[in-house]
Amino acid sequence: MSSVRLLVGTKKGAFILTSDGKREKWDVSGPHFAGWEMYHLKGSPVDPNRIYASQSRGWFGQLVQRSNDGGQTWEAVGNKFEYDGVPGTHQWYDGTPHPWAFARVWHFEPSLSDPDTVYAGVEDAALFRSTDGGQTWKELSGLRGHGTGPKWQPGAGGLCLHTIILNPSDSNRMYIAISAAGAFRTDDGGETWKPINQGLRSTFIPDPTAEIGHCVHHVAMHPSRPNTLFMQKHWDVMRSDNSGDLWQEVSGNLPTDFGFVIDVHAHEPETIYVVPIKSDGEHFPMEGKLQVYRSRTGGNEWEALTKGLPQSDCYVNVLRDAMSVDSLDKCGIYFGTTGGQVYASKDAGDSWNAIVHNLPAVLSVEVQTLK
Amino acid sequence: MIRVVLPAVLRTLAGAGAEVELEVEGPITLRSVLDALEARYPVLRGTLRDQVTKQRRPFVRFFACEEDWSHESPDAALPEAIGSGKEPLLLVGAIAGG
Repeated sequence: MSSVRLLVGTKKGAFILTSDGKREKWDVSGPHFAGWEMYHLKGSPVDPNRIYASQSRGWFGQLVQRSNDGGQTWEAVGNKFEYDGVPGTHQWYDGTPHPWAFARVWHFEPSLSDPDTVYAGVEDAALFRSTDGGQTWKELSGLRGHGTGPKWQPGAGGLCLHTIILNPSDSNRMYIAISAAGAFRTDDGGETWKPINQGLRSTFIPDPTAEIGHCVHHVAMHPSRPNTLFMQKHWDVMRSDNSGDLWQEVSGNLPTDFGFVIDVHAHEPETIYVVPIKSDGEHFPMEGKLQVYRSRTGGNEWEALTKGLPQSDCYVNVLRDAMSVDSLDKCGIYFGTTGGQVYASKDAGDSWNAIVHNLPAVLSVEVQTLK
Repeated sequence: MIRVVLPAVLRTLAGAGAEVELEVEGPITLRSVLDALEARYPVLRGTLRDQVTKQRRPFVRFFACEEDWSHESPDAALPEAIGSGKEPLLLVGAIAGG
């Protein structure tokens, strides 16, 4: 029988939640790395027991942890992230040049074909790759070096590369996203990159349709349609059907199109999910009601999903990497909040329940569907 | 024998006790002591000083014989009492927060 394993990163440690395929009873393991900020954990699709975890702390920097047994035991691997060549500068919040400096790993994306190959998206924004299970890291410097890097500015959370999407039908094609530079694509395995932000409109930059400068919060893709991308931008929910060459807004009837997460149903590539957040100044749901919105039409037409979610006095946030979908039938949807709840739906969003209530603030949620 | 006191968080990380003893070759400096500490406990690489620049992390302090050595050159000779093991080198996580 299938089972599922949730990898939950929080501000004070990691937690691993497991259940059988019924997804009714959950075992909770943790905190792992108690007291440390666990920005992200993700397992290899080739070897699900191989998990990479980002462990950091303001005092003591960044560590990379690796498990070969599904998170029961861990070993620290390489944590030397050295920018290629002279790092140069990006722009600071006030527009002045600021030296590139490594701060932390926001996101790990294990290879689709090799458990020892993994990509790391870091702050200050850069993409690194390891081909030896995380022991050593090498920057794919064509991204920072393609030309617009000196103009990139940080978002409120820092200049972070937070999204990495690998194309299952073309290993040379990858998408990444940076706050607040925008989305980028490579078609040659990471050697060269280009911005893919045409169609985005951001009124907080001097030229709202500029090539870069957009605060992309998250991007999602269904593996069966690798040319279709869905984006939750700072404001606006967007989609592209040509690999990011052109975006169109699909916010439609959402009550607010600000938010952080976006994800795609495992079996229905036109069914997508967002969690609308009131505004960039008020990072909580509208009217204190926690609502997931689902579109079965790839955007524009949205329905509120509320059954089992708090509909009064709820003022949590759902951060960009804190939603994930399993591949069971019916598809399971999971998301974590800054209030420490992890909500699960085993019926594609029709109903929800909190499987844990009082964790530290949740930074990331990844689900593994295990055979 | 050099005695080094670790902050609690790093004791847990390294699986070490509150105080560790190190054999240090050559001049006894912050650099040589930290090099020896990281050689003994590789998991501590990058935690006290940046992996690439080797600069001290801002919230880490080095105390020796009741003096703050955090801003001294990493190649300055530490006090004799540290070199002889009479006094420990204290690696301190600064108080920061509410």
